[in-house]
Amino acid sequence: MPLIETRDLSRVYDLDSGRVTALDRVSLAIEAGDLVAVMGPSGSGKSTFMNLIGCLDRPSGGHYVLDGVAVETLSGDGLAELRNRKLGFVFQQFNLLPRIDACANVELPMVYAGVARAERKRRALAALARVGLAERAHHRPMQLSGGQQQRVAIARALVNEPRLLLADEPTGALDSRTAFEILALFQELNREGVTVVLVTHDAEVARHARRLIRFRDGHLLSDIRQGPADARAALAAFDAGIGLPEAAA
Amino acid sequence: MSLAEAIRSALSAIGANALRSALTMLGIIIGVAAVIAMVAIGSGARARVTGQIKSLGANLAIIQSGNVTQGGVRLGAGASSTLTDEDAAAILREVEDVTAAAPVLVTRAQAVYAGANWSTQITATDLDFFAAREWEIGAGRLFEPEELRKGEIVAVIGQTVARNLFGDENPLDQQFRIRNVPFKVIGVMAPKGQSALGQDQDDVIFVPLDTGRRRIVGRNYARDRSVQSIMVKFASEEAIAPGIAEVTALLRQRHRLMEDQEDDFIVRNLTEIANTATAAATTLSWLLAAVAAVSLLVGGIGIMNIMLVSVTERTREIGLRLAVGARQSAVLTQFLIEATTLATIGGAVGAGLGIAAALTIAHIAGWPSVISIQTILIAVGVSGLIGVFFGFYPARRAARLDPIEALRRE
Repeated sequence: MPLIETRDLSRVYDLDSGRVTALDRVSLAIEAGDLVAVMGPSGSGKSTFMNLIGCLDRPSGGHYVLDGVAVETLSGDGLAELRNRKLGFVFQQFNLLPRIDACANVELPMVYAGVARAERKRRALAALARVGLAERAHHRPMQLSGGQQQRVAIARALVNEPRLLLADEPTGALDSRTAFEILALFQELNREGVTVVLVTHDAEVARHARRLIRFRDGHLLSDIRQGPADARAALAAFDAGIGLPEAAA
Repeated sequence: MSLAEAIRSALSAIGANALRSALTMLGIIIGVAAVIAMVAIGSGARARVTGQIKSLGANLAIIQSGNVTQGGVRLGAGASSTLTDEDAAAILREVEDVTAAAPVLVTRAQAVYAGANWSTQITATDLDFFAAREWEIGAGRLFEPEELRKGEIVAVIGQTVARNLFGDENPLDQQFRIRNVPFKVIGVMAPKGQSALGQDQDDVIFVPLDTGRRRIVGRNYARDRSVQSIMVKFASEEAIAPGIAEVTALLRQRHRLMEDQEDDFIVRNLTEIANTATAAATTLSWLLAAVAAVSLLVGGIGIMNIMLVSVTERTREIGLRLAVGARQSAVLTQFLIEATTLATIGGAVGAGLGIAAALTIAHIAGWPSVISIQTILIAVGVSGLIGVFFGFYPARRAARLDPIEALRRE
C-alpha cells in the first residue's frame, strides 16, 4: 500500500470573482521511502496539492488516503492529530518561534503530542544532533544562520518520527551553498528511510529528487523517475571553486 | 502542555513585551488597588461607626424637653422643663419593649479633693442609665436602690475624674466635695473612651437623681421633679420606631396636650443617627466600588485590545503551532492563559498597591483599616476572571485562524 494515495483529488475556491479550480482531479500515489519533488509555476496547483496532502486543507472532491487514513472524513481536531503524528513540515521562512531556543522549538510538536517534559528534551536534543546542531541547542533562532535555522526546522519536523516530511521551498530563503547543504541533508535523511516531498519552483532543487512531479493549471503535467543529482558532490565542487552547479551538471 | 508550562510560556510572552504588558495591566492595577484600598478604608470607617454605636449603647432614644410657646413666642428646645422622672417611670411601665428608661439631669460643677480640683460633668440619674448605655462598673459598686430612694450623698466617678482628682490614690471610699457637699466615692466606671463627637465620656461624676437635684442643681427642680432628658432603651432595633410612637402618645397624654398643640418634648432616635452614618459609609463604599468596577472594565478592554494586537502579530506563530499539530482548543487555551496571567499579575500588583495605599491613608487619617484576605483573594480572582472574559474573543480568533493563511502572513 502506498504511503499517499489520491484519487480525483480536487480543490475549488469560491472567490468573489467566481469559482477557481486550483486542483482538478489529481490521482497519484507516493510510496514510502521516496524522495519526490513537486514542481510547477505559481498558480499551477502545487501549493494547493501540498496543503491537501499536508492535511492543512480539505479537498472539495475526491479521496485522499494518508498511511491508511481517509483524510477527507476527519474533523479539524482529527487533521491536527494527523499532522502532529504523521507529518513534518519545513517552510521557506523556517517559522521558528523567536523567543525560545532551538531545543524548545524542536520540542513544540511533542508538546502537542503530550510527551512528558524530560522525554521531550531528550528527543529534541537527539533530533538536533541528527541535523548536526547538537552544540547549538540552546541558541535562539536570531543567533543562528539561515542554514542553521532551517536545520532546526528540519529537526522539529523529524522529532515526532513522521511518516512524511513535507518541505515547501525549503531552500528558497538560503544562499546556493547553504541550499546544497540542506538538500544534502534531505538526501541523507531519505537514505535513512524518511519519505520526503519537496515543493519547489526551482528546477535545480528538483534535480536532487528521485521522482519529479510537475503541475500545470491544476492538472498533473508529468510524473517521471530520475537519477537524482548528488547534493554532496555539488557541495564539494562548489567548495573546490569549480563553479556553479549548472557548470558541474 | 501542562498548566504550569502554559503559564511559564505565557509569562515569557508577557515578558517579551514588558513595557506594553505593564501598560496594559495598568487599568487592572488601578482598579484592583482602588477596590482593596476602598474596601479597607470603608470597613475601617464602618468599624469605627459600629464601635461608636456600641459605646453609645444600642437601640437608644433620647427624649428632651422641647419647645414651649408663650404668647406666640416659641422658646426653642429645652426651654421648658416638662419632663419628670415620673414620665420615665411611666414609659418603663407602660410602653412595650422598653428595657430601661433613665431620667437624666446634667450640670457642670467643680469637684474638689484635697489639693486637687477638677471641673466636670455631673450626671444625676438612676440605675437604668447604666443599663441603657451598657456601661459596666470598673471598681467598687453602682448605687443601691436604697441610696437612690433616700438621695444619699454618694458618687460613682469616671476614669478621667478618678485620674485628675485622685491621681494614684485609690478613690474608693474617699470623700470629695461638689459645691461644698461631701460625696463619698462608691465606684469607678470602666473606661468608655471618646463619644462619636470626640467628647471624653469618662470625664463624668454620677450621683443619685434626687441627690443631684437637691444638693447640686438647686431647689426648684426638687419641687417640680423635672429632668432634662430621659434615655430610653428598647429591646430591639425593630421595636424602636413603634416604641417612639407609643412614648410620644404617652407623653402627650401625661402632659395634657391638646390635639392642636405641638409636642413639648423632642424624641431623638440615636440608633437612627448611627445607622445614617453607617449608611453613608456604605453608600460611599458602593460609589467607590462602582468607580473601581469601571476601572476594571476599562482594564479588561485594554487586555482585550492588546491580546488582539498580539494575535495579529503572532499570526505566523499560531499558523505554525496549528501546522505542527496544535488543536484549536490548545491555541485557545494558550491565549486565554496569557490574558488571564496578564490580568492576574495586574490584580496581584494592584492588591499590593491597594494595601499600601490603605495602610498609608489609615495611618494619616488615624482610623482603623481592615484588610481582609478575603477581599484580596476576591480582587485577584475577579481580575483573573476579567482576563478570561476579555481574553476569550481574541483567543477564539487565534484558534479559528486558517493555518495556511496564517503561515503565509508576513
